[in-house]
Amino acid sequence: MENRRRFASLIGPPSLYLFLLFLLPLGLMLVYSFRAGISGEAHDTFTLDNYRSFLTNSHFHRLLWRSALISLTIAIISSLLAYPLAYYLVFQAGRNRITLMTLLIIPTWTSYLLRIFAWKLILGSSGLLNSLLLLLGVIEKASPILIYSRSAVIVTLIYVWVPFVVLPIFAALGRIDRNLLEAAADLGCKPWEAFLRVTLPLSLPGVAAGFFFAFIPTLGEFVTPLLVGGASGQMYGNLIQDQFMRALNWPMGSVMSLAMLVAVLTLVFILTRISSVSDLVEI
Amino acid sequence: MSDRKLASPGSIYFLLVCLLLYTPIVLLIIFSFNNSTSLVFPLKGFTLQWYVMIFKNPELLKAVGNSLMIGFGSSLVATILGTMGAIAIVRFKLAGRSTFLAVSALPLVIPYVIFGVSLLILFNEIGIKLSAFAAGLAHVIISIPYALLIISSRLVGFPDNLEEAAMDLGASYWGALLRVTIPICSPALLAAFLLCFTISFDEYAIASFLVGTDATLPVYLFSQLRFPTRLPMVVALAAILMSVTMMVMLFTEWLRRIGQSPARKG
Repeated sequence: MENRRRFASLIGPPSLYLFLLFLLPLGLMLVYSFRAGISGEAHDTFTLDNYRSFLTNSHFHRLLWRSALISLTIAIISSLLAYPLAYYLVFQAGRNRITLMTLLIIPTWTSYLLRIFAWKLILGSSGLLNSLLLLLGVIEKASPILIYSRSAVIVTLIYVWVPFVVLPIFAALGRIDRNLLEAAADLGCKPWEAFLRVTLPLSLPGVAAGFFFAFIPTLGEFVTPLLVGGASGQMYGNLIQDQFMRALNWPMGSVMSLAMLVAVLTLVFILTRISSVSDLVEI
Repeated sequence: MSDRKLASPGSIYFLLVCLLLYTPIVLLIIFSFNNSTSLVFPLKGFTLQWYVMIFKNPELLKAVGNSLMIGFGSSLVATILGTMGAIAIVRFKLAGRSTFLAVSALPLVIPYVIFGVSLLILFNEIGIKLSAFAAGLAHVIISIPYALLIISSRLVGFPDNLEEAAMDLGASYWGALLRVTIPICSPALLAAFLLCFTISFDEYAIASFLVGTDATLPVYLFSQLRFPTRLPMVVALAAILMSVTMMVMLFTEWLRRIGQSPARKG
């Protein structure tokens, strides 16, 4: 009884805060999604029109699909780039592996906005990459090589997320019992066979986690497309932002946000089925 | 042996990736000292004028002030709430624990654009004016999971019999928490505070919806990107910010390590 009271008084304030400023706004968003507008009579009108137009507007679907494809590309390429890094750190880097892992993580400590911004400066048409190529005589005229496109968004976000994808793969590879690899060798497995039949399968949960580490956050991305995406690099997050800041169609924006929220929560649910959360954070 | 190791394909690949990861940061720092308004090679000459400009810009200094203020406030609140939550979930295995954990971890995965606009709706509905304060309220939410994680991993590291001993010696439960638990956790508390501070200080997406006219530093920075002549000053500012955050985070990491359980460190 005593314990229960202490527990309640400790967990009460953070719970209340989370309820008021996290759950309540999301709930209110659900209410807004059934409204016709945000002021006057429209504010109090219940309607399903927003959902109807969301389901029938092909522009939304195209953008949602395109965002999913962009995130998928980022997640796949990041996982492919991250796997050899994690493998090197766990099996070849020896005692230095924690230090080297930290070396990979340090850049992510600096502002995400600034790192994206740095890429904008590098890729831009009056940017560093262009001037460097001009100076070296590789190109003759400055041209926007990679900026303001879908590829610019993809390159930039891979840069941002690769270190995070390395983490769970690193953890998964680190947990593999070395005796298994020795046993495989004793039984006549060549190193690549042992990799394919022992190491790789055992590390797949980590790879899946890494994949989701990049896929989930990039799905809702809207700042990077604003900075380097141009017209063709816009993502679903930009559409949501537009509904709230420019079109001022908050009910429609709410429907679009909820759709994304459901998608993200589904992915998170799948992720927690694949690997236990405590395994992911441990180094 | 070490020679062969240095040249292995794995190490070359690792070096290459590191080079790519650090190049943008290093370039920003180099160009913050370059005596030219455009960021192009070849470099012109060395100058500190962009750094001087930063301190002569009242708008920017105001944005720095806003960011420091909400960074300080939101991390303080997040650390206090995180400490309470962490003690509750580590020391008591009672009903409600897993629900609390699940909800408090959600801000880690929810897209910031969605969280930002949902708060925009809430503040509009209940009449809270958009301001730096409003953004600070939001930053507490995204900081709580980090504070919880850091502080609870410290709490797991020492058994609760120290608290019991204090209570046997006559301390009340809350007295024991204040005089035994909190001091033992202090490196973790400071680490949590600093991490939350850097999160708030760098946060753009949510702030962009909520700050109204009180631009925070990232919001100000973003708005300046449209003016090419101000670019070098923005780059200088970026260089300062990156260096400061990196130092703060190295310190945080160090604190977190000394604060971690001796049992786990082996």
